[in-house]
Amino acid sequence: MSGQPRSALWRLVHHRMARWALAVIALLILAALVGPLLVKYNGAEQLDIVALKNRPPSWAHPFGTDQYSRDVLTRVLYGARISLAVATLAVLLSTTVGVAYGLVAGYAGGRVDNAMMRLLDGFMSIPRVLLLLAVLTLWSPVPLSGLIALLGLSGWFGVSRLVRAETRIVRAQEYVESARALGVPTMRILWRHILPNIAAPVLVASTLAVGNVIALEAGLSYLGIGAQEPTPSWGSIFFDGVEFFAGNWWVVLFPGIAIVVTVLAFNVLGDALRDVADPRQVDVARRLPESTLTDPPSMSALQPSENG
Amino acid sequence: MAEPLLSVRDLRTYFYTENGVARSVDGVSFAIGGGETVGLVGESGCGKSVTALSLLRLVRAPGRIEPGSRIEFGGKDLVTLDEKSMRAIRGASISMVFQEPMTALNPVFKIGDQIAEVVRVHHGGTRQEAWHRAVQMLETVGIPSPAQRANEYPHQLSGGMRQRVVIAMALVMNPALVIADEPTTALDVTIQAQILELLRELQQKFGTSILLITHDLGVVAESVSRVIVMYGGEIVEEALVTDLFANAHHPYTEGLLNAMPHVGQERERLATIPGTVPPPTAWPAGCRFHDRCPYAWDRCIAEHPPLYQIADGHVSRCHLAVEPERRADRHEPFVVQKAIA
Repeated sequence: MSGQPRSALWRLVHHRMARWALAVIALLILAALVGPLLVKYNGAEQLDIVALKNRPPSWAHPFGTDQYSRDVLTRVLYGARISLAVATLAVLLSTTVGVAYGLVAGYAGGRVDNAMMRLLDGFMSIPRVLLLLAVLTLWSPVPLSGLIALLGLSGWFGVSRLVRAETRIVRAQEYVESARALGVPTMRILWRHILPNIAAPVLVASTLAVGNVIALEAGLSYLGIGAQEPTPSWGSIFFDGVEFFAGNWWVVLFPGIAIVVTVLAFNVLGDALRDVADPRQVDVARRLPESTLTDPPSMSALQPSENG
Repeated sequence: MAEPLLSVRDLRTYFYTENGVARSVDGVSFAIGGGETVGLVGESGCGKSVTALSLLRLVRAPGRIEPGSRIEFGGKDLVTLDEKSMRAIRGASISMVFQEPMTALNPVFKIGDQIAEVVRVHHGGTRQEAWHRAVQMLETVGIPSPAQRANEYPHQLSGGMRQRVVIAMALVMNPALVIADEPTTALDVTIQAQILELLRELQQKFGTSILLITHDLGVVAESVSRVIVMYGGEIVEEALVTDLFANAHHPYTEGLLNAMPHVGQERERLATIPGTVPPPTAWPAGCRFHDRCPYAWDRCIAEHPPLYQIADGHVSRCHLAVEPERRADRHEPFVVQKAIA
């Protein structure tokens, strides 16, 4: 059969924007993993507080040095480790909690679902940034594991909403009813029959969340309550440079670029994953302008998805 | 029938909805013998599917099997059985074939894995043993080159093939009873005949009892030995299939039979039963069929009919059993009279 649908991975790799995003993310991960091994200094090392303070970019220090004479390139590379690791682990945590909560609520239904969702409404009514500010102000200095836990545990509400809604749809499918009728235990139904069928939107949401958390962590570090000195995270490097921004633009520019590029890459990848997860949608988006030239779009072409 | 395999007594399944209590199954009693095929017939909304789900105790909140209902199977009352034992029965002793072969299979798993899962859940054993058993079962249900097919995903199979896979899943543990809920409704007529033939073969081979749920009396006529007709959450008539087709007693059964197309029929339009099934939250008083019935009289409005014995093994929930002369007084059903007035 030539009409075999392409695999999701194939479609992802052949999605132009996704390729760029994947390349950038791969590069960032590579830089985070091997970058620090290739540079001469370590991120916290103060080289020469008198002679090498606030040097502009040069061959010896491509990103310049900051007011403590630390090499900014080195710090950005070490910062990549911290920023990426914190964001990834936090999202892993929030996705795990959110998926578990959403699966239980969605599958149980009825009163359990209602109670769990009202509780979630309560959590969601607390602004995330405000909550983090409050907790981090009291918990200072916060260890990295604490930062990851806080970012993760404050970020699962949206995912669990999504998972709950998707679970309710899948639960009503006959194959789930059929699995129940054939004696498959509940845990196995959740794990084997429901989870794989809701994985795509969860993956999209998580990818977008990584970008989001990187920006959030940078914001917190910028305020001095995120990753603690001397551990460099992009946000805290940026923070160090802001004070002398007029003279030392390089201390702010390079970590700033790193943050923007990373957030952008994860957002683009998330969007691409969404396209790939629902191939009909991308087809419509691509074909609509052409088809409108030749013939009026049919109603079905205008529908964003088949099961709307 | 000495000792029935399954005996249902006064089964009541109610749904506690915002619009009131829906008495979807309201006092249903019947029995199925070993190796017997029983048809359960009625329109949409008459309670036949809820009856099926109740037998496996798969009714979800806000639905509930009311206390006092009894479902006896293998010396146990399934209504009060603990969830773990109930799960051991599902799929192994009683299993179910669903209506839509398109959606009854999980799109992300190979069909072989889906059959093997049932084996592993109930029987344990290694992955290879379960897989081997799945391939065997695919062969039994008539899937060509089963060893290759087992590696395919549901979307690679035709509707008829998928329904065979669904049947394989239901029968792989060799259950004593299979509940088939409209197993052929979603299929082409030619495929329907093949699937019914397959069910018949498998039943003879394994001695399985089958409860065949359908709205299609044509399917019933060629597949089952006994028919239960449901209306308004109740059994309204029960008879051997030959008896039912020759001497239908209840006006609802009569209506269903008249609504069947016949070969060589000259009428242009098929007869229909006027009106619709009333909502289960508000069954009419008296006979639940009275306002759609062409024979109804004042007694039918006032008095809820019991199941009258018409003949040996033939019961009907209609006052015509005691006032047969009323059958001569055929008139427009009340629902039509009201619409005209």
